[in-house]
Amino acid sequence: MSFTKNLMSGTNFDHTSLNALQKVTLRAVVMSFLFYGLVALEGMIMRMVEVGKIPQNPIPEMFFQPEHFFSIMTVHPIIGIFGSTYQLVFGAFMFLVPYLTKKPLYSIKLANFVWIMITLGTLLAWIAAFVWQYAPLYTLYWPLPADTEQFHIIGGIVFIVGVALIMVGTFGFIYNIYATIFARVGVHKDKTTKELLISGFGIDGMLNLFNKLIGKPPYTKEPALALPVVAIFRGTVDTFLDAVVILGAGVLVLIFLLADLGGLHLDVTAIDALLYKNFFWWGLDLVADGLVLIYVAGSWYLLATLITGQKLFMENVARAALMLELLVSWMVWSHHLLGDQGQPDMMKLISGEMVTAFELLTQGLALFITLVTLWKARPLKVTMELKYLLGGLLGFGLAVPAAIIQADMGMNRVLHNTQWIIGAHVHIALIVGLYMTLYSAVFVLWPIVTNNTELYSKKLANAHFWLHLIGGIGMGAFMGMAGLDGMLRRHLYIDGQFQTDMILAAVAGSMLLLAWVLFLYNIIMSVGLKGLIGIFLPAKDRTASYGIEPEIA
Amino acid sequence: MIFTDSLELLSFHWVAYTIYSAMIISVVAWFGYNLIRKDAKSVVRIPFYWYMAFLVTGGVGHHIFTYNTIPWVSQDISRHEIKPDASYDFAIAKHKWILPSQKIIVQCDEKILFNVVSKDLTYGFGLFRQDGSMVMQMQVNPGSKNDILWTFHHNGVFDLDSTEYSGPAQYNEHGENLMKIKNILEVVGCKDGGSK
Repeated sequence: MSFTKNLMSGTNFDHTSLNALQKVTLRAVVMSFLFYGLVALEGMIMRMVEVGKIPQNPIPEMFFQPEHFFSIMTVHPIIGIFGSTYQLVFGAFMFLVPYLTKKPLYSIKLANFVWIMITLGTLLAWIAAFVWQYAPLYTLYWPLPADTEQFHIIGGIVFIVGVALIMVGTFGFIYNIYATIFARVGVHKDKTTKELLISGFGIDGMLNLFNKLIGKPPYTKEPALALPVVAIFRGTVDTFLDAVVILGAGVLVLIFLLADLGGLHLDVTAIDALLYKNFFWWGLDLVADGLVLIYVAGSWYLLATLITGQKLFMENVARAALMLELLVSWMVWSHHLLGDQGQPDMMKLISGEMVTAFELLTQGLALFITLVTLWKARPLKVTMELKYLLGGLLGFGLAVPAAIIQADMGMNRVLHNTQWIIGAHVHIALIVGLYMTLYSAVFVLWPIVTNNTELYSKKLANAHFWLHLIGGIGMGAFMGMAGLDGMLRRHLYIDGQFQTDMILAAVAGSMLLLAWVLFLYNIIMSVGLKGLIGIFLPAKDRTASYGIEPEIA
Repeated sequence: MIFTDSLELLSFHWVAYTIYSAMIISVVAWFGYNLIRKDAKSVVRIPFYWYMAFLVTGGVGHHIFTYNTIPWVSQDISRHEIKPDASYDFAIAKHKWILPSQKIIVQCDEKILFNVVSKDLTYGFGLFRQDGSMVMQMQVNPGSKNDILWTFHHNGVFDLDSTEYSGPAQYNEHGENLMKIKNILEVVGCKDGGSK
């Protein structure tokens, strides 16, 4: 097949054969990977700025201006976490829940609303930073987001509206997921809401374990919900709480900005900065230490069972552990406040250190169960999904201990706000741990969602895997080393103070960017530009499920 | 073993985490290789409860280790009961430091209390060596008490910088950091190996 034919029509992709559920899933996936490219480009720009003003640095002078640099830093996580990760996860889960429960998705319209809201919201936040250079960073430490001496009021309002739209889209996702899970149709026709709730919270797994201990028969041999659906159910509780907190903070900032716009200057000291920090981190941490870890654990379990075709090892323990993980995620936010001297020591000790250390246990357990499930099914065939899954496991194996080390009163004193936490922990967790898990899911779901479309090139997929893995670990490692040398994370260094580490991090970052280009090229050559456009055209087949008798949404 | 300053601690941390990283990468690579081999056998059997005990020990043991080897942890917790040898008050307003003096001379092994007040935004208070490595830091919140008790065991001249982002006004239009104060603090009286 010629290059032009592949570029236009792909391999054997036929968008007209896709049903409504498949199309809405692919729409979110396409937007996710486009935003991923933007976030990778932004990351590279910031990394090159941190290399410093040297004649060989190709980055234009304007990026060294603090307003410009920090406006990029402000939208970088918004685009990366919401525009890319949320879209991909929400898209995948709105396909997986109907697929695994063998029920139709509650509403295709709502699923479309979700990706459109998140896309619009992300774009608005980006525009606020690009046009008005609104740059309070994602942390929004009070009263910085309401500081109209530094930032344009309109920029602030546009940014907050953008984030609010993302959260509205998030609520749409949550509603769609729970409405699908609780729908008493198909296999759940005879189940009560109570039975579904018990299964969703993993109480059946706990009761099974308890009954085994006291020698009684199991509470249930066939839990109402499959384990990955339980993880989605549980993680979505944190997604909801997080959206409420972020939206709450947004409303607060909006009140101050709108008052300012109307000539009324509200007193920012009316809000206690430390109390606000506690409230905000409690909610924001539900993303990092809540839904991400729970969703990831559920994804590992699903991928391990799909790759091996066998039952999950210690399934009841896994169910019960997901409940524990949910409770842990509500009590760990103080590890972000170990450098705040006004924070009570007891909260630092219990929430910041001890409960946070529990994440080593919950994530270690998920890692163990996944590895044993794979091991028991050996020998396995080398597939892209298996390779990416192992990459994802490795990513969290590196990133979780890096965070536990810093969630300590002694270490935090010399590591807080350095490149250690954002490099060795956050970037490795997201790029290697989370994204490689998601890539594994993409490869597992690819034939299902695209009706067996042939991938254009396995060599390109392999090149993507290695570039992404080495680039991701390399970039995180060199950023982490710079952090140990004293480099701060939310800081502008124009004199190249940490040049060697930053050059090496930039080289690794280039590998990530190249990996994304190869991945995108591979996908476009598989589905073709016509197919890509076709994904966004209305589906003729309005079926909102997959693998069961067609049902009209 | 007691770490007398952040340099010793971070060097130890660098070595320990590098060894751990090499180990976990090797284990996953070995695991992946054996997953696809037809004749692969278990080399070692890891009992579940031992693995769980190992994780619990690692999580809790890490804090016990740092509490007993990093002197500023216990000093920080009980700082309100310790009488400092010297005390310095700092303030920050509109991205400018209001300093107790242009140069602070500190005697080796003395307990120094730093009090920092923010009059508007959230900032940070961090001391750095001449090579850029961090001595210590804390957050500086408006409306809260921001104090830290610190003992210096090594001679040196340190720079002051805000360790928390407080908006682009911290920099001039060329990107130069306006909150970095060079050579603000000097520690004297320590032997070459540290302490008096």
